[in-house]
Amino acid sequence: MALLDVRGLTVTFDTPEGELCAVDRLDFSMETGETLAIVGESGAGKSQLMMAIMGLLAENGSASGSAIFKGRDLMAMPPRELNRVRGAEIAMIFQDPMTSLNPYLTIEKQMTEVVQHHQGLRREQARAHAVEMLRAVRIPDPEERIRQYPHEYSGGMRQRVMIAMGLLCAPDLLIADEPSTALDVTVQAQITQLIGELGEKSNMSMILITHDLAAVAEIASRVIVMYAGEVVETGSVDDIFYRPGHPYTQGLLASVPRMDSSVDDALHAIPGNPPNLQELPDGCRFRDRCTRAVDACRNRPPVQRLEDGRSSRCVRDIDTGELLDLPTLAEPEPERTASPEPEAVE
Amino acid sequence: MSDSVNTIVDDPFAAAMAEDDVRGRSLWMDAWHRLLKNRAAVISGIIMFVMLLVVLFGPMLSPWEGDFTDWDNTSSPPSLETGHWFGTDAVGRDILVRTLEGGRVSLMVGLVATLVSLVIGVTYGAIAGYYGGFTDRFMMRVVDIIYALPFMFFVILLMVVFGRHIVLIFVAIGAVNWLDMARIVRGQTLGLKNTEYVEAARACGVEHRDIIRRHIIPNLLGVVMVYVTLTIPQVILVESFLSFLGLGVQEPMSSWGALVNDGAQDMESAPWTLIFPAAFLTVTLYCFNYIGDGMRDALDPKDHF
Amino acid sequence: MRQEGIIHHATSRLLGLIPTLLVLITIAFFMIRVAPGGPFDGEKVLPPEIRANLDAKYHLDEPLMQQYFRYLGQIITLDFGPSFQYKDWTVNELIAQGFPVSLTVGGLAMVLAFFVGTAIGIAAALRQNTAADYSIMGIAMLGISIPNFVVAPLLILVLAVYAGWLPAGGWDWSIQRMVLPVITLALPAIAYIARLTRGSMIEVLHSNYIRTARAKGLPGHLVIRRHALKPALLPVISFMGPATAGLITGSVVIERIYSIPGLGSYFVQGALNRDYTLVMGVVIFYGVIIILLNFIVDILYSWMNPRIRFDEVM
Repeated sequence: MALLDVRGLTVTFDTPEGELCAVDRLDFSMETGETLAIVGESGAGKSQLMMAIMGLLAENGSASGSAIFKGRDLMAMPPRELNRVRGAEIAMIFQDPMTSLNPYLTIEKQMTEVVQHHQGLRREQARAHAVEMLRAVRIPDPEERIRQYPHEYSGGMRQRVMIAMGLLCAPDLLIADEPSTALDVTVQAQITQLIGELGEKSNMSMILITHDLAAVAEIASRVIVMYAGEVVETGSVDDIFYRPGHPYTQGLLASVPRMDSSVDDALHAIPGNPPNLQELPDGCRFRDRCTRAVDACRNRPPVQRLEDGRSSRCVRDIDTGELLDLPTLAEPEPERTASPEPEAVE
Repeated sequence: MSDSVNTIVDDPFAAAMAEDDVRGRSLWMDAWHRLLKNRAAVISGIIMFVMLLVVLFGPMLSPWEGDFTDWDNTSSPPSLETGHWFGTDAVGRDILVRTLEGGRVSLMVGLVATLVSLVIGVTYGAIAGYYGGFTDRFMMRVVDIIYALPFMFFVILLMVVFGRHIVLIFVAIGAVNWLDMARIVRGQTLGLKNTEYVEAARACGVEHRDIIRRHIIPNLLGVVMVYVTLTIPQVILVESFLSFLGLGVQEPMSSWGALVNDGAQDMESAPWTLIFPAAFLTVTLYCFNYIGDGMRDALDPKDHF
Repeated sequence: MRQEGIIHHATSRLLGLIPTLLVLITIAFFMIRVAPGGPFDGEKVLPPEIRANLDAKYHLDEPLMQQYFRYLGQIITLDFGPSFQYKDWTVNELIAQGFPVSLTVGGLAMVLAFFVGTAIGIAAALRQNTAADYSIMGIAMLGISIPNFVVAPLLILVLAVYAGWLPAGGWDWSIQRMVLPVITLALPAIAYIARLTRGSMIEVLHSNYIRTARAKGLPGHLVIRRHALKPALLPVISFMGPATAGLITGSVVIERIYSIPGLGSYFVQGALNRDYTLVMGVVIFYGVIIILLNFIVDILYSWMNPRIRFDEVM
């Protein structure tokens, strides 16, 4: 059974300019022990996807669909139950370590409260466990430093603390939302490496949300590529990097400067701008930036699923790039139904 | 990889997107639209506008003069028959007219004293913020010191010492209220000073004076407008405090504060002498506060969903 | 390590108070001296010799600067001099009489304002943009807009005259006589604090560290109590300084309306009667209180905010 199986996930926001759909009828699943990378530009909906699953959407956001985790639907859970899952079975770390820790509480308090609440440990036990975790993420002198406040830590160290905090209850799934984006380049590599090691050591499943393809190459086992709220391609790391099927994925990879290219080669970029989510084109959302779009792209492209786990939402064949011969190319855009009331988050 | 045989679709969508980039929305338009969406502020604005009209033109339409004493109808409750819609006070003066005329005084004090406050505060704050360094620290230290003083007492002292002349009231209240304005303006100026377009202007050799005039002051307008709207009710309140204590405007002029003071004394026998001026005063303050809040949110929205 | 930081901070702040005090005393002194009419220009016209004697006794015949320095010297020894209008009393005695009363009313009002105001503000913040929120904030806005000299007579009318539950004024240290003045005095402060708390709490609830606390699976009440409360209340603590100044100002009117023999009443009387020493004494006394309270608030704030606590040491 898949560890996490998401079906039909839709996330919408109620903004002064109207309703905005950040994630549109998205499906994906992941197995235990995988490190799944979700890749895409800013605004593609990657973070909102995870926030919806965790029940952490902003007040003006609402989500529908299902997210079955270990047999239970997270989206349908009452808040009290969801709280028992959060922190204990699924842990999430965020993008900006500078503001993600409470500046008014010591590191010790912020860490021990997790195990005290979820596992009922007493203070000394909780403290000892937290110190061990800090050691595992290579914070120097953890016995002393645990009593300090966040502002006494550097950005990279704070992110390590976040990671340690997430691992305290040995969760089945760790979601890391752009964990290294806000850090210095040298520190980025350290954090990425640390996350990868920890994942390997404990056989913990991980979802890594990022736009850093290098990190994906280093630690991910499977990749989901998102564009404008939809999944456009999935596959193993090798598949995505060596045999990208969707034009967007191909464009992404082509944009990364290569060590073996000549200095005189022009930088490749995907033409156009990231889409305005409130004025999306009909059919394939990528078509006005796609160098290989055709008339048929005016309709929502079907999803090709292959045996080996790859998939692509395109009218072109994933392997050959030839136009698919599909009788259903005239399929109209299905009606979007209103999303139900959001779950009350405590 | 390219398949140039297939035609790229002629896409109206892309054309529309290009057009969008050109059409912009100015900051003021944005703020104005946001303000209009704030129902409380809009309603308050309408009420204030009506109040202004009533206060300015109402007394002219009334058969009664403010100081006319109707000996047949002293301390009479509001009624349509006697023609005194708000009733009369102990010496027979029509409360409606008195309230409206009191409103003229209160509003006038509000506006003028705020103007005084504005001029002092903006000048002070802009200078401190723009020149920065020691000038700024010193000037702000002075503000801190004055801020710590029980200013109301000084206003009272001033009124007692120099008499209750109306100009003095303007000056006294204004001179005491400029502190907040100065602080805000100084903060804004400091921020503006470090923006790139001011740097660019300096690099082109524009004079300090001109920079202040052309770049700093127009950008202060927003913040200043908000604080003006918030200062007016404060000032009206201070004036009514003074009048209540008997230190405000002199007879025969009257303000809402003075009227409330008079009314409070006859409260048990003639509550209408208290209620009407009190209601007008309260409604005015209430509306100004909502308008000020609305303007603050419109010009500097924090995304509270 | 923490203690050092705070002591250092406190000392530097204390030293900074002295110029403020000096300015306060100087302004008050010269203002009242500049006033036309002296304390003895009362209804009775005094014969010139008696007048000269009185002037000499109170040093009013000395040059202004000399009077100033004499006064400063007195102040340092905490002697505010004799009252001009209450002939048998010194200002110190008058303050000692009036202040406890004002302190009781003001102190209770401050406590009430803080606890009720923050409770209301938090309740509104947790129900942001609901009908409950709008109504609470609408009432709070009313609290700010209705002057206390309007509220007081209305309260007296309803609760004392019509219902007869409470006395209409006067002072005898009984609880009943304290209820109305304390509530009336506290109302605008409650409203301000409620608005401030609400805004602050909303901002805190939107911050990233609250998101982290939720992601850790902490239940709502723990998130608020442990993670949100202190940061949300910090601006309110800061506000207690100006709030005190406001309460002191308000007390002048409250004491008038409810016939309470507090310091504010003495001040107004003194101002009207040109009782120099009394007026000066009260102004300086209240000024010192405000300054001291701002100082305490400042220290409290730095103690509660770890970033400031440590910045002083580093």
